[in-house]
Amino acid sequence: MERRSFLKVGAIAGGSLLVPVFGNAIAAEELLNPMAVQLKKSLADAAMNAATKAGATYCDVRIGRYLNQFITTRDLNVENIVNTESSGVGVRVIANGAYGFCSTNVMSLDAVADAARQAVAIAKANSRLQSEPVVLAPTRGVGEVAWATPFKKDWRAVPIKEKAEMLLAANKAGLDAGANFMASMLFQVNQQKYFASTDGSYIDQDIHRLWSPLTATAVDKASGKFRTRDGLSSPASMGFEFFDCKPENRIKAAGNVTTLYKGAYDLIEDARAAGRQAKEKLTAKTVEPGKYDLVLSPEHLFLTIHESVGHATELDRVLGYEANYAGTSFATLDKWKSGNFKYGSDLVNIVADKTTPASLGLVAYDDEGVAAKRWDLIRKGILVNYQATRDQAAMIGEKESHGCSYADSWSSVQFQRMPNVSLEAGKKKLTPDEMVKDVKKGIYIMGRGSYSIDQQRYNFQFGGQLYFEIKNGKIVNQLEDVAYQSNTQEFWNACTALCDERDWRMGGSFFDGKGQPSQVSAVSHGSPTTRFNGINVINTARKIG
Amino acid sequence: MKFLSQEETKRISDKVMSLTKADQCEVTINGSRKGNIRYARNAVSTAGLIEDTQLAVSVAFGKKQGTATVNEFDEKSLEKAVRRAEDLARLAPENPEFMPTPSKQQFKATDTFFQKTADIDPEFRAQVAAYSIENSKKNKLVAAGFFTDGTSFTSVANSNGVFGYQQDTGLDFTLTVRTEDGRGSGWVKRSVGDASKFDARAASDIAIEKALKSVDAKALEPGRYTVILEPAATSDVLAYMFNAFDARSADEGRSFLSKKGGGNRLGEKLFDEQVNVWTDPWDKDVAVLPFDAQSLLARERQDIIKNGKIASLGYSQFWAKKQGQRAVGTPGNIIMAGTSKSTEELIANTKKGILVTRTWYIRMVDPQSLLLTGLTRDGTFYIENGKIKHPIKNFRFNESPVTMLNNIDEIGKPEILSGDESQFQLLIPAMKVRDFNFTSLSDAV
Repeated sequence: MERRSFLKVGAIAGGSLLVPVFGNAIAAEELLNPMAVQLKKSLADAAMNAATKAGATYCDVRIGRYLNQFITTRDLNVENIVNTESSGVGVRVIANGAYGFCSTNVMSLDAVADAARQAVAIAKANSRLQSEPVVLAPTRGVGEVAWATPFKKDWRAVPIKEKAEMLLAANKAGLDAGANFMASMLFQVNQQKYFASTDGSYIDQDIHRLWSPLTATAVDKASGKFRTRDGLSSPASMGFEFFDCKPENRIKAAGNVTTLYKGAYDLIEDARAAGRQAKEKLTAKTVEPGKYDLVLSPEHLFLTIHESVGHATELDRVLGYEANYAGTSFATLDKWKSGNFKYGSDLVNIVADKTTPASLGLVAYDDEGVAAKRWDLIRKGILVNYQATRDQAAMIGEKESHGCSYADSWSSVQFQRMPNVSLEAGKKKLTPDEMVKDVKKGIYIMGRGSYSIDQQRYNFQFGGQLYFEIKNGKIVNQLEDVAYQSNTQEFWNACTALCDERDWRMGGSFFDGKGQPSQVSAVSHGSPTTRFNGINVINTARKIG
Repeated sequence: MKFLSQEETKRISDKVMSLTKADQCEVTINGSRKGNIRYARNAVSTAGLIEDTQLAVSVAFGKKQGTATVNEFDEKSLEKAVRRAEDLARLAPENPEFMPTPSKQQFKATDTFFQKTADIDPEFRAQVAAYSIENSKKNKLVAAGFFTDGTSFTSVANSNGVFGYQQDTGLDFTLTVRTEDGRGSGWVKRSVGDASKFDARAASDIAIEKALKSVDAKALEPGRYTVILEPAATSDVLAYMFNAFDARSADEGRSFLSKKGGGNRLGEKLFDEQVNVWTDPWDKDVAVLPFDAQSLLARERQDIIKNGKIASLGYSQFWAKKQGQRAVGTPGNIIMAGTSKSTEELIANTKKGILVTRTWYIRMVDPQSLLLTGLTRDGTFYIENGKIKHPIKNFRFNESPVTMLNNIDEIGKPEILSGDESQFQLLIPAMKVRDFNFTSLSDAV
């Protein structure tokens, strides 16, 4: 079989970034016309009536229109502009205590009713192999409601020319600053999602997200050495005002080693820094392996949180539903039930939420019609909860769902996906500069690098984009070839200091994969700059051939 | 909608091309029907069928190109797609690296369609699930698996008279079997084009056996070990490497295939001389389409590594023209030469070593050396004096495939499979490799 469809985008070191292809290409102006709510409601009612008549005890209908625009550039050229659209209807039912799902891209009353009947037939067939009936935690029907991602500037209305020019200006800034090659991209997503269920909800949501990654590459032809520095931006649920970066959106890293961003992004300025720093990385000192105190910036720590806490506390993994692909979890129910499982040190408070402004997980309702909320996962270092959907809530003694249901398309069945999972800021006043002052032998790490973790989320290895050596309270020089290896529980118990609220900001993952067939989702993780003591650092430089 | 025949896609493509006055036009039509069944905790969790057909039209005015897609095929919809593509092309900035669409390509058909796979129905899928669930239950084990099968067609055409059409089939099966207490875990993967080469029972038995044998794993110190890597343990590692066999990155000095002082390492010996790798769209076990649907170029049989030397690199049309080389279709499969030795024979010939069933979560650490990290998973065993002695805890590795393919002691029999995260069909052997670098232990089962 020909392998999965991927869109080859951009020129990054060692090959191309591959992203899954969604939907059909369409013209930009088409993106602005939403489907009429009344049409969506009548389609949903047709599906729910047909499902109920065919014997379903529950039915939900998701009518989706997914619009994306990707722009990819390489040096001073625009490589590709793609507009995609995908729309259709997904119907999920419970019949004979089992789930059934069917989807169609034909938006007619007959087609959705047919899909609903087929979903019921599939549910009845699946019920024969079902060991326990599906039980949904109650959720209140909310009637007809609407919600949209708050934004000031609609990305769909910004001319392509303006966007392309911004990316090319960034690439030029990076090249002028010392990079030999630059690549930058702009991903823009609009999900128009209508949800209806037999619980009496008709929820219309309009969700927007942006991400603009870049890579600067510096080459020393004489030695054959090359180094890259990726952008330090974070994806966000915002409009195009994301690129209107004001002084208050700029943050000086400890020791003023670089500029970081909160709430907006200066793509061109970061590209310039990336070009300069990629070149500097060619001659940076190689790290001496050993134990170091790590000072991790939020632009880096977000991914460590994502992998070691976010995925580990997904209830479907804990229960074994993801055993065949993503894996299970070390954070088992017995550890949670004990009420004293020390996931981390007393300083570690980790919360789940789908409510933080500009976060990738921000919605008003999930894909089961459950209102977005915020709850504790780890409090004072103790594992206190998981991430659950309606059919899982009862398994952990919850009366209602956490609102963690998500499907990446109308054609995909919804399942448990990670909400934003964030580390709370420290209560005591502390800046990154003050944190560095206390470190005798340490490394300050920024940016998202290489990341890998085992299928139960014990053992991980992470790298970053920028590394600085800390000696006796001072940042002394740049480092290269750094990766740290640890065990999740040991790592979080080695957390000894957190900067305060002023330093709290989010990083995010735009294409987080899970499930079979695989689905992507987007999620943010906030944290302050945080210190971890005595973590094992390896040197990753190797000689080949 | 129904599957389109060659005559139908030709007629639609010609119609689309007649609707534009652009300098050039490309039309690609894809259709697929994919069925799946997913199960976990010894019960089916989801099952479904997904059908889709899409047409993409790409036009260019000079060096300005635009693409649009539709999934409706009436005349009005086709015309709308052409106009949208033209609008985008007019809006797009000129691309100095734009290359004209190819002329005259010969696509010699490959054997990618198997009726037995196309005939797979819900009953077949349910039977696959039932067998692994029932046999797991009998052994007090817990099964989680995924089976998916598909039939597709791909049609490509352009305004220079290039036309290609072919159907293909395939199936993928993965099964993880765990002990009830979570102390043992086994796994198996199969991915073939021809369902007659798939035996759900035999495959499931492998995962069951590995689960039973992997209980009570002992910890070995991390370090360098002789390893026997089953094909699934190297599939993603090798796919990472072959994805980076790109001439442009190498010529630009940003690849492990870049030469000190400039240029690339084509022709240099970088691997053990036992290593022979090629791509061949007509291979009987891993046939792929005879054309690359993105570039519309014909695929060819090409040596990639010959007796340990780099034999070819991938050229885009732009880079080929710039460097005076010839661009061909991007490979769809990777084939590595093996022997007739079974994995059991490789084990029998090993004094001390480690058998690795599969590797997981592989990521690039350093593209300079192609250093990759990842972990072993679902069946890692210690070998002593030619026999599997006991299961061992999983390891994290930090290793470059270049080093790995230099340290080959022995090569086994190739197997058909695909990587978890790669776009290649693979036919690769088990390998016995010395000094494989395990850097830490993992408690994961």
